[in-house]
Amino acid sequence: MDTRIDPTVHEAATTRHGPWPEDSLARVPYWVYQDQENYTREMRRIFEGATWNFVCLEADIPNKGDYRTNQVGGMPVIVVRDTDGSINCFENRCAHRGALIAFDDGGNVQNNFKCIYHAWSYDLSGNLKGIAFERGISGQGGMPKDFRRDDFSPRKLRTTVLGGLVFATLSDETPPIEQYLGAEITGRVKRVLNRPIRVMGRFSQPLPNNWKLYMENVKDTYHASLLHLFFATFRITRLTQAGGVLVSPDGAHHASYTIGSEDVAGAEAFKEKDLRSERDDYKLADPSLLQPVAEFGDKIQLQILSIFPSLVLQQIHNCLAVRQVVSKGTDKMEILWTYFGFEDDTPEMNTRRLKQQNLVGPAGFVSMEDGCVGGFVQRGIAAAGDKVSVVEMGGSTAESQATRATESSVRGFWKAYRRFMGY
Amino acid sequence: MDATKLVELNAAYARAIDNEKFEEWPKLFHETCIYKLTTAENIAKGYEAGIMYADSRAMLEDRVSALRKANIYERHRYRHVVGLPVVLGQVNGAADVETPFLIVRIMRDGVMDVFATGCYLDKVTTSDDGALRFAERIVVCDGGRFDTLVAIPF
Repeated sequence: MDTRIDPTVHEAATTRHGPWPEDSLARVPYWVYQDQENYTREMRRIFEGATWNFVCLEADIPNKGDYRTNQVGGMPVIVVRDTDGSINCFENRCAHRGALIAFDDGGNVQNNFKCIYHAWSYDLSGNLKGIAFERGISGQGGMPKDFRRDDFSPRKLRTTVLGGLVFATLSDETPPIEQYLGAEITGRVKRVLNRPIRVMGRFSQPLPNNWKLYMENVKDTYHASLLHLFFATFRITRLTQAGGVLVSPDGAHHASYTIGSEDVAGAEAFKEKDLRSERDDYKLADPSLLQPVAEFGDKIQLQILSIFPSLVLQQIHNCLAVRQVVSKGTDKMEILWTYFGFEDDTPEMNTRRLKQQNLVGPAGFVSMEDGCVGGFVQRGIAAAGDKVSVVEMGGSTAESQATRATESSVRGFWKAYRRFMGY
Repeated sequence: MDATKLVELNAAYARAIDNEKFEEWPKLFHETCIYKLTTAENIAKGYEAGIMYADSRAMLEDRVSALRKANIYERHRYRHVVGLPVVLGQVNGAADVETPFLIVRIMRDGVMDVFATGCYLDKVTTSDDGALRFAERIVVCDGGRFDTLVAIPF
C-alpha cells in the first residue's frame, strides 16, 4: 500500500490488477467495487486527499460552541463554530489513547471538548489544552516535563463554506471551493442555496453496495426515465424533455437539469419503444402531492448536482435535500438525507415541501429503486472482478451535453477518480 | 373509547399490510387525515418531515397505486407485532392513542430482520358508520436508519 505523499504513485499508469481496461473512460473494471486494498487507497488518496468533503450545514452550528460530528472517508471528525464565527474541523480522535473526543451527533460545548476516557481537553480549534493530573498527584506520576502537547493534537482540516454547505479538507493542495467546482457548478449550487435554509428532517438509508455505485447512479441521467416509472408518467423528468448535463472541466462534479415543457413527440417516442415506464392509465388520486411552484426564478424543474467525492444537492421541484454518501466498506454505504426548506417559507410552501418529500428518500416514489439497484449490481458482479462495465452512452468523453441520453457525467466521475487514484 | 374496538382497528391495520391487502389500508383512515412516517429524533428536534407524508385518504391510495404499479423492488413482506393501545386522552370523541409496534421484514430469500420498532401516535374518531378510523397516524420509529428502501407502509 502506498501513502498519500508518495509522488511516484501519482504517475503510475497501472492498477494492481493491471492497466485500466482499454485505457478508456467508457470501461470500468468491476474490481473497483470489491477490492479491499483499492478501498484503503480510496480513503487515503480521495477522501484524505485534495478533495472538499461535506461535513455539515452552516445552519447546524449557528452559535459559538455548536458542533456536529461526521466522517471524512474513514476518519471521524468534529466540526465546530468558533468564538469569532469561523468554523473549525479536526479529527475526532483523542491524542492520548485514540478515543472519540465527541461521541454524539452534535450539540454545544462552551469553550472546550473533553475526552471522557482520561479527561484530556481540546479548545475549539482542536488544540490539546489540558491533561488531567499532568503534574501527577503529590509529586508522584504525571507526564514527563518535556512532553510537548503541540506535537500530539488531532489532525486539523481546513474548512470552507459555499451556500451554507460546510466542507473540509486535509490537504494543503485543495484549491478554493469555487475553483474546485468550476464556475458552472458553483453557479448551480448558488442557484438553489440562495438564502438561509432550515432543516426539515434527517433520515439515513444504509445500502448494500459500494459507495461509487451510488455516486454513479446519481450522475447517470440515462437511467432516470427508465428505472423510475413515477418520474416518467408524471413528467417530472423524461429524456425527451428539454434538459442536459453539465460536467465540470475535470469531470469530478456535475449538475443535470430538466426544463419544464409539454412534450407530445417525446411521449410517442416512449410508446414506440414499448418501455415499461410509460403508462397513460396511471393518475394520482390526490394531485396535490405534486403542485410545484417555480421558486428559483427560472424554468428548471429538477436539478441534481454532485460534488466529488460524496455529496449530492437535490432540487426536485420544491423538494430540496442534501445527501451525504458515507462509505462503510467495499460493499456497504449509507446515505444521510437532510431535507430542507428556507427560513422564509410560508406555511403553504412548508406543506408543499412536506408532500413533495414523498418523492425522495428511502420511501421516495422516484428514488426508491435507487436503493436496491446498487445492490443488484454488487451481487451481479460477484464473480466478475476481471470483467468491465460499459459506460458508452453519448460517446467516450466526459464533457457537458445538451441531452440526458448520455453517461457523460458518469465518465466524468471515472476521469476524476483515476486522476486521484493514479490509475 | 372502547378499548376492544381500538385493538380491532390496530389488528385490521396490521393484517391489511402483512397479508398484502394494501387496498384495505387507506380505508382505515378518514377522508381527511394525516399519515406520516418519521423518527423519534426528528420529533424531538421539531423537524416536520416524514419519509412518507399524506394529508388525505386519496394520497394513501396513491401510495398503494405506486406500490402496485410503479415502484420496483425486491419482493418482501412485513410481519407487524402491534402492542396494546394506550388512550392518553379524549376530547370531543377524539382519542389520542399510543400503540407500540415491531416490524419484521421477510425478504424474498427468506431472511427475517427486525426492520423497525416504534410507536404509533394516533388520533382516532368514530365514523358515521360506527367504525373507528384514524384521523391521524404518526409513525414514530425508534431509530433513524431505513435499510435499502421502504416500499410498504409501516
